[in-house]
Amino acid sequence: MSDVILYTIIILTAIGFIAAVILYFVAQKFKVIEDPRIDEVEAALPNANCGGCGFPGCRAFAETCCKAESLDGLFCPPGGSDTMKSVASILGMEAAEKEPQVAVLRCNGSPQNRNRTNAYDGAENCTIAANLYGGDTDCTHGCLGLGECVDACGFDAMYMDPETGLPVIIEDMCTACGACVTACPKDLIELRNKGKKSKRIYVACMNTDKGGPAKKACDVACIGCSKCFKECKYDAIVMANNKAYIDFNKCVLCRACVAVCPTNAIHEINFPARKVKPVAEEKPASNNIEAKVDLIEKAKENENNTSSNEDNKE
Amino acid sequence: MLKTFPVGGVHPPENKFSAGKAIETLPLPKTVTIPAGQHIGAPTQVLVKKGDTVKVGQIIAKASGFVSANIHSSVSGTVAKVDEIFDSSGYRKPSIVINVEGDEWMEDIDTSDTLIKDIKLSQNDIVKKVSEMGIVGLGGATFPTHVKLSIPDGKKAEYLIINAVECEPYLTADHQLMMEKGEEIMVGVSILMKAINVSKAIIGIENNKPNAIQHLTSLAGKYQGIKVEALKVQYPQGGEKQLIKALINREVPSGGLPLDVNCVVQNVGTAFAVYEAIQKNKPLIERIVSVTGKSVSKPSNFKARIGVSADMLIEAAGGLPSDTGKVVNGGPMMGKALGRTDVPVTKGTSGILIFKEEEASRKTIQPCIRCAKCVSVCPMGLEPYLLMTVAQKGNFERVETERAMDCIECGSCSYTCPSTRPLLDYIRLGKFEVGKMIRARNQR
Repeated sequence: MSDVILYTIIILTAIGFIAAVILYFVAQKFKVIEDPRIDEVEAALPNANCGGCGFPGCRAFAETCCKAESLDGLFCPPGGSDTMKSVASILGMEAAEKEPQVAVLRCNGSPQNRNRTNAYDGAENCTIAANLYGGDTDCTHGCLGLGECVDACGFDAMYMDPETGLPVIIEDMCTACGACVTACPKDLIELRNKGKKSKRIYVACMNTDKGGPAKKACDVACIGCSKCFKECKYDAIVMANNKAYIDFNKCVLCRACVAVCPTNAIHEINFPARKVKPVAEEKPASNNIEAKVDLIEKAKENENNTSSNEDNKE
Repeated sequence: MLKTFPVGGVHPPENKFSAGKAIETLPLPKTVTIPAGQHIGAPTQVLVKKGDTVKVGQIIAKASGFVSANIHSSVSGTVAKVDEIFDSSGYRKPSIVINVEGDEWMEDIDTSDTLIKDIKLSQNDIVKKVSEMGIVGLGGATFPTHVKLSIPDGKKAEYLIINAVECEPYLTADHQLMMEKGEEIMVGVSILMKAINVSKAIIGIENNKPNAIQHLTSLAGKYQGIKVEALKVQYPQGGEKQLIKALINREVPSGGLPLDVNCVVQNVGTAFAVYEAIQKNKPLIERIVSVTGKSVSKPSNFKARIGVSADMLIEAAGGLPSDTGKVVNGGPMMGKALGRTDVPVTKGTSGILIFKEEEASRKTIQPCIRCAKCVSVCPMGLEPYLLMTVAQKGNFERVETERAMDCIECGSCSYTCPSTRPLLDYIRLGKFEVGKMIRARNQR
């Protein structure tokens, strides 16, 4: 009886030893020589795998960085300049400096500003709705409010505001990865420089219709009147397709354009309130996190309420 | 046993309220809005400007490229403006607005009702003329007809198949046209046969139109090579691939065209339009539109000029019922809901369908219960539940390998789903994204 146990142990030990020897030589033969810096670079990256750099995940970006001769054109948006500096120090190269950016929604078509002319009850997906028709208002360029950008956001930096029906970008959580920009079928979201002290000015409208129909469809549409264009002393405003666009690289945040806009289509963010004429269209200056968390919770509660109501109906 | 296609299909309630209603000519409107793009293919180039006077049948927008179609004025009067105006797509599209003054036709158009049987034009001249007259497929897809009639080198057509199936519930425009203009349709079919040089034509009609089958069969005896075939009622028999399979039992390969199995399919309305274009010199400026629905007080078939507002048609059919929930451009299965009713009738408007509130709204989306009903009704043999899931998850490579591009968007899957899932919506999303992928690949 004890013989059987003994032989078993000996045979298994022998097999294990032979296998180990074979595996050792195979491993030597087929060894993948990988740049050890890739691991280091990857560790320095945020590892969010958001794809904001244009590569499929952080590992692929790290590999590209290690192979590249310079870091020009390679940038990790969520990590920002600090991350790129540490990547550069690992690789012994110069880091590209880029100003931090944030996503902004270029539409303010809440129900108060834009009358609903029909109701959409198809699949809850912006691309599907946009391929079907122009939208539930007379503005065919504005936000459809079905939240594809919110679904695309991998950093929980967006939520749908139940009151306005528009997505809201939480500035402190936005990493400017650009997922929402590609998700939006109406091209409403833009990555803009965060600006000094997070102050920004932008045209919150993408309507390319002529002034008349644009204004008729939405109270806060850019009607292409060129008033801001004439007012701007820094050549920061471009007029094209019946709408204004503010170049954030040239804008000095003087707020002259905001004051002259007849439809309040130009938004100023994180500026102190004006003494003479406060801007009515300013979004609630919700800079403190608590207020935002409250809003998110409110939205969630509302959602729960509506869904439970629906349940009750059934 | 009656012929039909073998895979999938549904049979929704027919509800043909406007059947047998004689075609009424709609009175001339005060203004018409003629979109400058009413077909699949390259956009047109507008030839008129504000203040120009136009006559009925005058060309106002020229085709740019081969797959494109001319647009003619449907009224006489003055061009009020050329601007971007909402059309049935729900977007603002370049359109020509004409204020109607009188009804002055171009001199070379024969407005009489006399039947002209002699086909004087040669094969090439027919195709050229069809292209000049802006004829597009009137079944709803609005594909330029002259493209289908231009057989590329190396291909040969054997059959002309005339789609008189009208498988969409509610719609009766083609049915009524066959009853009233049977003789003209036969000449139109003969012209089409000459254009593609075939000796055999089959007119497929579903069995729910026995009077049309009888009428056309009796007429077909007088014309050489034309046969009328009754088909079992089954949606979507009007899809050209399904119709070819049903009539001559040939299968169009995936991604292929009917010409790959030596067929050319034309709608019966197109055959009539071709007759008018070739024999009467009349461009495509009017079409038959059914206005129907359960609570419509006067379901009718109208002969309407292109560019007339849908409002006017609804008014002529007794006005918009108070319980309206949705107005659909086209049939209930493939038609598209209108966001507004002041949009113009275009070459592709086969019907204006008015749904009651309770019929219109979609039901709550329930989870998929894996019953595979969508698979069994798909006429293309696809798996709609799978396509929806992978499209929803954004796995568009899989959408492509699961052959979403073969989907004909008939809507049978969404119609049959017991969990009322928006299957077709997501398949369309998948097709849109795959289309983008394919275009990007071709560019590289």
